[in-house]
Amino acid sequence: MSAVLDLVTIVAVSAGVFFFLAGTVGLLRFPDTLTRLHALTKADNLGLGLVALGLLPQAGSLQNGLKLVCVWLLVLLAGATVSQLVAQAARREGSSS
Amino acid sequence: MSETIVFGLCAAVVAGLGLYGAIVNPQPLRKILAFNLLGSGVFLFFGVVARRGAAAGFPGDPIPQALVITGVVVAFSATALALALLLRYFDATGSASLRDGAASNAGPESTDA
Amino acid sequence: MTIVPALDLFVAGVVLIVAVWTVVARDSSSAVVGFVAYGLLLALVWVRLGAPDVALTEAAIGSGLTGALLIGAAARLRAGESSTSAEHLGGVGRTLVAALATIVAAAIAVALLSLPDPAPSLAPEAAANAGATGLGNPITNVLMAFRAMDTMLEKFVLVIALVGVWSLAPDGAWGGRPRSYHRADPEGALVFLARVLPPLGVVLGIYVLWVSADHPGGAFQGATILAAMWLVVLMAGLGDVPEVGRQQLRLMLVAGPVVFLIVGLGGLLLGGAFLSYPQDWAKPVILAIEFAMILTVAATLALLVAGPPERSAEP
Repeated sequence: MSAVLDLVTIVAVSAGVFFFLAGTVGLLRFPDTLTRLHALTKADNLGLGLVALGLLPQAGSLQNGLKLVCVWLLVLLAGATVSQLVAQAARREGSSS
Repeated sequence: MSETIVFGLCAAVVAGLGLYGAIVNPQPLRKILAFNLLGSGVFLFFGVVARRGAAAGFPGDPIPQALVITGVVVAFSATALALALLLRYFDATGSASLRDGAASNAGPESTDA
Repeated sequence: MTIVPALDLFVAGVVLIVAVWTVVARDSSSAVVGFVAYGLLLALVWVRLGAPDVALTEAAIGSGLTGALLIGAAARLRAGESSTSAEHLGGVGRTLVAALATIVAAAIAVALLSLPDPAPSLAPEAAANAGATGLGNPITNVLMAFRAMDTMLEKFVLVIALVGVWSLAPDGAWGGRPRSYHRADPEGALVFLARVLPPLGVVLGIYVLWVSADHPGGAFQGATILAAMWLVVLMAGLGDVPEVGRQQLRLMLVAGPVVFLIVGLGGLLLGGAFLSYPQDWAKPVILAIEFAMILTVAATLALLVAGPPERSAEP
């Protein structure tokens, strides 16, 4: 049973890391603020979700698992808000650097 | 105990970098940043010393670790005060330069409400 | 097990790259962002050094609150940035400074490599006396009992720093309100966040203080979370910074240090030493100090970020 759970962890965390990598490549390679945000928000939210999912079998107790889910939800909330604010600032300044 | 060597050398380089930046950068804001970098290098060195003192089932000596927590808070207060001084100077003179004479064309105070 | 040292090397390398970026970045905003990233990465290093309490402090105060201060300052100073670009040191000066910095770094590295082995440690004493307070977290024991004097004086430092910041107010704004943030769209995402997050954040801040009895956490870290919640509300424009001349605010700012001082003097009367806690009552007394402290520290930290008063007391 634990081998199966470990496998779940390895697969999910690896997939999460892949999405983080993709988001970071997008952040570095895309030409302007809005497309960078586009790459970053989607890929990183999914990546973090997969990492949190992968760590759930290793959490040991229900309490720790719930904490992991809380961390994920809070980062989603903060990330969504900050990307909105960055996009608003980019639109207000009208720059695309 | 390889992590103490790796992060200890890292602390030494960060402290050196902070010193370099604090002297070379002409802008006061960058000097404050570099000074924080220098401080965090010193804190990190403390952390390495604490880690080397791991004993009695603790992962590190708790006394230097507690000192670092106090130090981080004090460094924050000093940074806040330094930035407030800098912003006040900027508002009063319209210049963020520390060089003599750069603020000689300073206008009257513009920040009165 | 060779993967762990490799990871250490990797983290140290990334920390150094970001530190170099912080020093050499062309514009100040990039340097500040680099510094915030550096602080977060440093928190990972602290975890690797067996100091999760310090990692929390570094992430919350060293990176988060300091970052908020620096970003605000960089934005306001942007107008004056170009005027100083001609003041760079010449090549010779730079080389000399680089040599000096290298010597200092090398000296620290030599000091590190010649540290005594086995290392001197106070950990056994901290473990032996842990029973006296009934707290399970050695860091909290050191901060609140064994070296409580440091923590108390640090509270004074915070309040004195705030007095220093306030004293920079222009004459007209003396005792008034710090600069306001009012820029948020009332229907926007920030206002939504400022309505949803603070209830969770306040619970989290108190939780971080509460668990610090036995697990990583503490009054500073909890207070930083509370301060951040207040700052989110201020930035969203849902509340205004209070006038710094208000009596209630000032009472709140001195409450923590005063409770600490009273407990210390009480120890002098009862136990014979400054800050000696009564036997069997150590844990409740420490918790009382910590709860008085968390409010004071949270208010002080948030007001330090808010800066000196810039609007007059009577609107």
